[in-house]
Amino acid sequence: MDKFFAFFSFTDPNVRLVTFGTMFLGLSTAAVGSFAFLRKRSLIGDAIAHAILPGIALSFLFFQSKNPFLLMGGALVSGWLAMVSIEYISNKSKLKPDTAIGLVLSVFFGVGILLLTHIQHTGIGNQAGLDQFLFGKAAAIVKQDLYAYGIIAFLLLAVILLLFKEFKLLSFNPDFAQASGLPVQSLRFVLSTITVLAIALGIQSVGVVLMAALIITPSAAARAWTERLSVMMLLAGGIGAFSGLVGSYISFTAPNMPTGPWIVMCLSCIALASLFFSPRRGVLAKLLQQRKNRIKIVSENLLKALYHLQEQSDFQNRHFTEGDILEQRSFSQGDFHTALKKLKKEFWIMPITEKNRFQLSEKGVEEARRVVRLHRIWEMYLTERMRLKADHIHPNAETIEHIITPEIEEQLLEELGYPKKDPHESPIPYKA
Amino acid sequence: MSTEKPALEVHNLTASYQRKPVLWEIDFALPAGKLVGIVGPNGSGKTTLLKNIMGLMQPDGGYVNLFGKKLDEVRQRVSYVPQRESVDWDFPASVLDVVQMGRYRRSNLFKRLSAEDKHVAAEALEKVGMLPYAKRQISQLSGGQQQRVFIARSLAQQADLYLMDEPFVGVDASTEESILTLLSEMKQEGKTVVIVHHDLQTAYDYFDWIVLLNTRLVAAGSKEEVFRSDLLQEAYGGRLTVLSKIGDLISRKDFPIREGEFKEKEGLGDG
Ligand SMILES: Nc1ncnc2c1ncn2[C@@H]1O[C@H](COP(=O)(O)OP(=O)(O)O)[C@@H](O)[C@H]1O
Ligand SMILES: [Mg+2]
Repeated sequence: MDKFFAFFSFTDPNVRLVTFGTMFLGLSTAAVGSFAFLRKRSLIGDAIAHAILPGIALSFLFFQSKNPFLLMGGALVSGWLAMVSIEYISNKSKLKPDTAIGLVLSVFFGVGILLLTHIQHTGIGNQAGLDQFLFGKAAAIVKQDLYAYGIIAFLLLAVILLLFKEFKLLSFNPDFAQASGLPVQSLRFVLSTITVLAIALGIQSVGVVLMAALIITPSAAARAWTERLSVMMLLAGGIGAFSGLVGSYISFTAPNMPTGPWIVMCLSCIALASLFFSPRRGVLAKLLQQRKNRIKIVSENLLKALYHLQEQSDFQNRHFTEGDILEQRSFSQGDFHTALKKLKKEFWIMPITEKNRFQLSEKGVEEARRVVRLHRIWEMYLTERMRLKADHIHPNAETIEHIITPEIEEQLLEELGYPKKDPHESPIPYKA
Repeated sequence: MSTEKPALEVHNLTASYQRKPVLWEIDFALPAGKLVGIVGPNGSGKTTLLKNIMGLMQPDGGYVNLFGKKLDEVRQRVSYVPQRESVDWDFPASVLDVVQMGRYRRSNLFKRLSAEDKHVAAEALEKVGMLPYAKRQISQLSGGQQQRVFIARSLAQQADLYLMDEPFVGVDASTEESILTLLSEMKQEGKTVVIVHHDLQTAYDYFDWIVLLNTRLVAAGSKEEVFRSDLLQEAYGGRLTVLSKIGDLISRKDFPIREGEFKEKEGLGDG
């Protein structure tokens, strides 16, 4: 708890540096990553992150300095080289793009590791701590780094704001963008450059291995909640920043903890929860919808059973028990009671006080007639238009009756010329 | 309107994917102010032809002139409707967003759209009967509605020549009817509309002018000239097996598609 307050009071200037640095980083990588996500370039992000490593190592070997701008320059060069190689290989050879990505990723990363090992074995390597680039260590951020990161992150966001509409079109429909005369090549170049920069920005605190997650995951999570690009990007930025906060907190409380894995852990949890709870695309929403459909089907079948009971008594008998219904048609226990409750709530059936009987209300009769009507006109349609035999059509109509909308009903009736009877000679009940 | 120059000239165009030619020496010209169908079976290279015309692919040989000029000089007068399946309709955008993309130009790079741009986009939506759906997410549209959104985006470009790739695919009968009405209105206004179409059945009714394509040019001319059974047979009957065999050979053996010396001069602007 002490650590918690020590951290969140932000009195320690070091904590302030690291935390705000990481949050700012999460925000800007997520915003840049939105376009990679929408262009379905998740793998490219991973490749670039790995390909940056040799650039950083070489730049360190060459300049013997950890100046962030110099390291960033090296990162940019090798990230770019990787990107161009991928494009060249997939255009000029028969290899598929993901094969090209895999190839470039492993070659660059291999070289990077080699160089890193070399640096470690020379004297200068020991204090350089370049190995933190593998898994990231936000705590290693110093003031000088932070200024550099701040300036670059600000640039990234400014570019996105300025070219927002062009990037949107480029992600949605690049052919159209080019046909409209937009400078697509330059736009691609700018977008690639800010992607490489954003990845390079995060390498120190998140590490090569997990950096791709920081680019793609926030957008994947945000996409679950909104259908608007601008909202998606803001949300993704927020999720990125929040994960940065969580990552640096954990890194602060347990100084030997690498930051990267914890940021990614937090991101993954948010993404999983988003995919589950998303109102339109989520697993939960789907389950709820399925349940709703099932209850609708059962209650419509219940209404139909009640209607058939009335029909069988020539509309003399109107009061029935649950037993009567279950005799008419079998229902599974749980669904039967849920549906019955729903029918009561909608006032489609009215309880009669004596002996657990109930009857259809006027509204209920109307609804029951609708379902029976749909069933029977669909049977008509199947026999008349699709030339199916009368003894084959019932099971299909049992399903379709729950799906037909009023517009389709109207169309069917018109096409069939408002028939009076169904193929089994049962009368079709029209609206009163 | 510029009736003096053909709206579109394609000169000896040869195009390939990974060195495998799919268009051979295509050569034709289209008069302005006509409703033109580029007709051929699936895989005959219609989309490839449009991409070459719109500069989305580099041809191996030959060139294209639009209104007697190079594409870059007349960009504003040409509008392109890509194949509907060429984009991901699950993209987070509304109908209005997509139609407004028709107003993105080199000249308004870095800028927001003007009120005028927004007005033009709304008008285009109104013309295809999609204004009530302006706020709708594109992921929730039917196939026919998606096509109409694409056409509206193209209308918003206020061009003189329209190149549309299969705008009747996945469209119901009433939408097809309304798209056709719209196209003939555009023709009345002197626009040239070029439609890629694979269905031979309807082609005769829809278009004034037809380009019959199957890897090579089978015929181009008024529909009365082109709709001859021998030509149709040539385009739609047995595939051109020899040509495709040679194509395979070239891609396998890495032959040059054209010998350097024979590469003709690109047509100069107003030549
Ligand atoms: N990106 C591509 N890479 C390789 N081959 C392609 C590509 N696009 C199209 N093709 C091939 O080129 C031929 C012509 O395709 P296309 O122009 O799409 O025909 P159409 O539009 O008439 O159906 C087809 O055989 C197709 O398989
Ligand atoms: Mg096509």
